[in-house]
Amino acid sequence: MKSNVCKLLSTAAIAATISAGAAASTLEDVKAKGFVQCGVSTGVPGFSNADDKGNWTGIDVDACRAVASAIFGDAQKVKFTPLSAKERFTALQSGEIDILARNTTWTYTRDASLGLDFTAVNFYDGQGFMVRKDLGVKSAMDLDGATVCTEQGTTTELNMADFFRKNKLSYVPVVVQKADEALAAYDSGRCDVYTTDKSGLAAHRTKLADPSAHVILPETISKEPLGPVVRHGDNQWKDIVTWSMYVQVNAEEMDISSKNVAKIKSETNDPGIKRLLGVEGDMGAQLELPADWAYNIIANVGNYGEVFERNVGPSTPVDLPRGLNALWTEAGGIMYAPPVR
Amino acid sequence: MSDKTTPSNNSFLNDAGNRALIFQILLLAMVVFAGYYLFSNLQANLDNRGISTGFSFFNEPAGFPILIHLIEYTEANTYGRAFVVALINTFVISLLGIILATIIGVIMGLARLSKNWLVARLATVYIETLRNIPLLLQMFFWYFAVLAALPAPAQSYEFADFLLNKRGIYSPNPITQDGFGLVIVGFILSIVASIGVIVWAKKRQTRTGLWFPAYWASLGVIVGITFIFLAMAGFPIEFDLPTKSRFNVTGGMVLPPEFVAVLVALSTYTGAFIAEIVRAGILSVNWGQTEAARSLGLRDSMTQRLIVLPQALRVIIPPLTSQYLNLAKNSSLGAAIAYPELVAVVMGTTLNQTGQAIETIGLCMLVYGSLSLSISVFMNWYNNKMSLIER
Repeated sequence: MKSNVCKLLSTAAIAATISAGAAASTLEDVKAKGFVQCGVSTGVPGFSNADDKGNWTGIDVDACRAVASAIFGDAQKVKFTPLSAKERFTALQSGEIDILARNTTWTYTRDASLGLDFTAVNFYDGQGFMVRKDLGVKSAMDLDGATVCTEQGTTTELNMADFFRKNKLSYVPVVVQKADEALAAYDSGRCDVYTTDKSGLAAHRTKLADPSAHVILPETISKEPLGPVVRHGDNQWKDIVTWSMYVQVNAEEMDISSKNVAKIKSETNDPGIKRLLGVEGDMGAQLELPADWAYNIIANVGNYGEVFERNVGPSTPVDLPRGLNALWTEAGGIMYAPPVR
Repeated sequence: MSDKTTPSNNSFLNDAGNRALIFQILLLAMVVFAGYYLFSNLQANLDNRGISTGFSFFNEPAGFPILIHLIEYTEANTYGRAFVVALINTFVISLLGIILATIIGVIMGLARLSKNWLVARLATVYIETLRNIPLLLQMFFWYFAVLAALPAPAQSYEFADFLLNKRGIYSPNPITQDGFGLVIVGFILSIVASIGVIVWAKKRQTRTGLWFPAYWASLGVIVGITFIFLAMAGFPIEFDLPTKSRFNVTGGMVLPPEFVAVLVALSTYTGAFIAEIVRAGILSVNWGQTEAARSLGLRDSMTQRLIVLPQALRVIIPPLTSQYLNLAKNSSLGAAIAYPELVAVVMGTTLNQTGQAIETIGLCMLVYGSLSLSISVFMNWYNNKMSLIER
């Protein structure tokens, strides 16, 4: 019995040290373990999706790879944790992951009460509806009396309720725990309508038995700015994630891409570009990062335009137009980042 | 201990009782300290990260819809009401599941003991298949396989005023009209009368030994008297018939596929376990009991009902209680196929909208804990009632 007591005491002592250790900064933790732990979805093509070899690709995946590039100069130093919508915030709050990049909508309540901080918007989205073509529905206003399938634990659930209430339309909600099963229920005919963010609709449509038999209705019923999330209270870490995103937008604006960045770095006379790429001064030091952090992001992951084209652009099965996500200098675009200087 | 042979110096610490006491106190202090440490650590971390705590969100409007609600509920109601709706859904599915599983279990348990080769084999196949497939898989099977097999609303199967399609089973919804109070009075009267019949039959049997089919008779009394009052009131019921609309069926009552799938999965799965418990219980009753009953001239059905089953129940009830507890807890898997029970509504949607992980999860644990404990208490009471009374 005495030895048990000793064990108990020592366990309590260890527990005390661990919780003290957890108070260290996220950057130090990440540097110590040698990789970034990134929470992603269980599979949304174009955003975060694993192929048959377990390689993750997508816009959200690239957000994490950019952070890993900034810290380690190596985009592969990321480990991914697939999370369902309802698990994601708890995983971040409890410290299981360092970044949550899981097409998560930036809202007031989430920012203010969940102990989380949103860093930047990496995709401007909006919620829409998908229906079978043969129903002949042309507008979301025609959906009176329809059965609607959606995934549980997202802003989608509330937006859907608000939309139908506001327009005094009746509906039957079928709220399924996981996106894949919600989609399967829609595909099997349990629902007339499937609703989620429009990018998600386009991505999910590629998974259906016959994608061409379904249409996405024109209405966009909500604002869904999606972006990476970090724990509240570690401003340095938040800045790193935020500026890893902004570097990509700035790079696109300056026409610097993964293909020409090496050439530009050695040839340029532009002091702004020299600062950005770490040729002059040491901007990285301000965030305890290497001097060439921005160079590494652009070289390993690319600029924002490249990331978009590679993952969800017209050449991919998801086939989304740039739309709101074009640079602010283009027509219809609002993607804007503060300058790196 | 090695110094067993030498008489110990009787100091305070050498006394076994005192030492045990000290260790108990130490252990208790440690548990209290650990609990306090964990709690204060949690509080500090929540404060650091600006996570709000408490149950005040219960009074805020929920804003989300719930597919199945047995009490009035709209998006404008509060999280508190959403919780009650979910609680009722969990209770209903558990209660119906327990009743159905018991019926299935008893029938299948008896069938496996049947002398009819085919019946016994079929029961064996049923039990061994369902017992050995994970419940979640069975739920998905019932949900998606049944959905795939049924027609779209426009091509519904129709029987009389009933409709069957992918959206559920639709039936006419009875709406009571003026004068229904008279029917309720009649129904209460009929129940009183039927109790009278049973009491009379029992008295007559003890007096004269003559047997009377009291239960069948009382059923007849209830149906008969209620019908007479219905006719007297002029049948004050109208039916709201289900009709096909553009997307769905409107009107009538509906049994959604989520509910049916969860109920079927829970009751057939648990039924397979109960069948084995029933079989074990019956086999545990000595064959001599049956022989003795037969020598007294009891018919086979009476032998089973009066001699074998009451003794088998003593073996059956304790493991049966465990199965009931399992069923109540397994109902939480309904969340996976959109049945809006406690885990889906509270730990799913409410947790996600409000972010109150500790509160919502704690609440769910409390509910499942109390649900299981009440089942336990009831079954223990029943077990005591059925146990052998020694004279």
